[in-house]
Amino acid sequence: MMCMPPDTVLKSLNQALHHVFSTDARVYLLGEDILDPYGGAFKVSQGLSTNYPERVLTTPISEAGMIGVAAGMALRGLHPVVEIMFGDFLTLAADQIINHIAKFRWMYNDQVRLPMVIRTPMGGRRSYGPTHSQTLEKLFLGIPGIEILAASSLGDPGEMLANAILQSEDPVLFIENKLLYPLSLFSVRDSGDLELETSSDLYPVYTLRICGAPPPDLTMATYGYMAELALQAQHQLAFEEEIFTEIVVYSKLSPFQIDPLLLSLHKTSRLLTIEEGTLTLGWGAEILARCFEQVGNKIVTASRLAAHEHPIPASKPLEEYALPDTKRIISTVHHLLQRGECS
Amino acid sequence: MLSTIEFYRQIYRIRRFEETILENFASGIFFGTTHTSIGQEANAVGIISCLLPSDIVFSNHRGHGHFIARGGELVGLFAEMMGRNTGVCGGRGGSQHLYWKNFYTNGVQGGIVPLATGAALAEKYKNSNALVVVFLGDGTLGEGVVYEALNMASLWQAPILYVVENNHIAQTTPIEMGLAGTIHDRFHAFRIPCTCLESSDVERIAITAHNLLEDVRDGKTPRALVLDTHRFAPHSKGDDTRSAEIIQNLREQYDPLKILSGRINHADIIKIESEVIHEITEAFQQALASPYPIPADKCRLSEPENDVYAT
Repeated sequence: MMCMPPDTVLKSLNQALHHVFSTDARVYLLGEDILDPYGGAFKVSQGLSTNYPERVLTTPISEAGMIGVAAGMALRGLHPVVEIMFGDFLTLAADQIINHIAKFRWMYNDQVRLPMVIRTPMGGRRSYGPTHSQTLEKLFLGIPGIEILAASSLGDPGEMLANAILQSEDPVLFIENKLLYPLSLFSVRDSGDLELETSSDLYPVYTLRICGAPPPDLTMATYGYMAELALQAQHQLAFEEEIFTEIVVYSKLSPFQIDPLLLSLHKTSRLLTIEEGTLTLGWGAEILARCFEQVGNKIVTASRLAAHEHPIPASKPLEEYALPDTKRIISTVHHLLQRGECS
Repeated sequence: MLSTIEFYRQIYRIRRFEETILENFASGIFFGTTHTSIGQEANAVGIISCLLPSDIVFSNHRGHGHFIARGGELVGLFAEMMGRNTGVCGGRGGSQHLYWKNFYTNGVQGGIVPLATGAALAEKYKNSNALVVVFLGDGTLGEGVVYEALNMASLWQAPILYVVENNHIAQTTPIEMGLAGTIHDRFHAFRIPCTCLESSDVERIAITAHNLLEDVRDGKTPRALVLDTHRFAPHSKGDDTRSAEIIQNLREQYDPLKILSGRINHADIIKIESEVIHEITEAFQQALASPYPIPADKCRLSEPENDVYAT
């Protein structure tokens, strides 16, 4: 089979699935409407049922059931992948995720392993309305026993997925923001004015700065699709206003290490967290708390940017208003820099 | 099939184990709570005695009997319930969260049923000869995920035996107030052949289970067995709302030990019981003498990067 190197996030994820199916017979896929020619609602699973019909199980509309079945398969040595059509539907399987798969290894005293991956698209800006647009991973962040990863266009999202499927011994929740799918990978873009630093972790932390710029004044911490908006804001701030920032993008949201962010914060002393989920008790709150615990005396100013605290509206203008965008990132950066000067 | 004497021994072992728990609970040596299967032991023994070592058992909050029938260590179970380091899960799981070889339990009603189904499918896909037995109660049938699992088991022909131990009471709620329709019809709706047995006779249960398990193993297909059974003890410790008279009546009619005792001579019964009492007492004392786990060793996640949150 001819296999062009992937140029989009969607192709990267799809090719990674084909790769793991071809190299490891323990890999199975369960999900709704994943058979060809449909290949899943967002086409990430396309082609798998044609090539591996016996290992692709199209399921009834039973999120809890399919995650439980996959967990049973994982307990018995297979490496199942579950596609949940919309991340919003993870709530249907919350008991399976929290009280079963996240618990078994630990509560059975490390005597079992559950190597399984639940992949799911999250996020808005497609006008799907309140129950098909949310960014709900915050409900699962911090639950011991499950790793939560978020793809972005940085690095190799497909490789990250393949590692989660084949190398992780523990259950993984793999978050894919819907707007990432058609995006070109950062590695194939013309981004000569950016310097990208990649940590050596299996699921790296990425740090981005403008090449040859003066020391940055502010750090933006983010993940997933929000990294794209942060990159746009970083570019505009640098080239239109000569405000220089550093972006730190997490691939592994939970459990996570704060240190790579502290390295940047040592330089900037100013922090903005950006997430697409709602603000209160969210990802940014934890990031800020950890930073203040570690280097509170070094932080001049900090803020969080997130979705407004109401359900995601269907109407496009309402939805755009609800979610963080480049404009709001830039205005929050302005605000933080002014606050920093006053203090 | 086991001899009648051996059946008696196994049932009595579970009975004495659980009586020992209830007798000693008030002293504070056991942590948390407990759910005993006193009166229902013939289900565990009858079915599990038909299994091969490679077969897999999923159980529930009322799982001590299943664990012991499967051959699980008595010391390890006592110690687990006492929160000791020598517990089968090092004190992390307690009464409702047990793992031992191919035996798994969890404390949330019904949640383990899709896992059991997935495990059965995995064994089929791996071309192993192993099958799965999962134990449910009548109260568990209120959980929606059970039906998701039955649907998939039938669609994909999982080699699994669903055993419903219908003790007619869910904690304190009688079955008439919690279950519409019939249990049999629930399985029938998914085209899973279902056998119902109204008996506390372990030998009848074992014969029925043996035949069903043959169907499951040879046909790679799901089956269901609904056992009409009776719990003589409270749901937990002191929470029985039934009258003493009702319980006494159940004991007289349905005690699996009493049913068997007519088939064994009295001297054998005396011998078995004294051997089991000795075995249980030894295990209890051994568990009691074993150390508590050290939180700094035990209370961390598997990844070294995570903080120790108990010091």
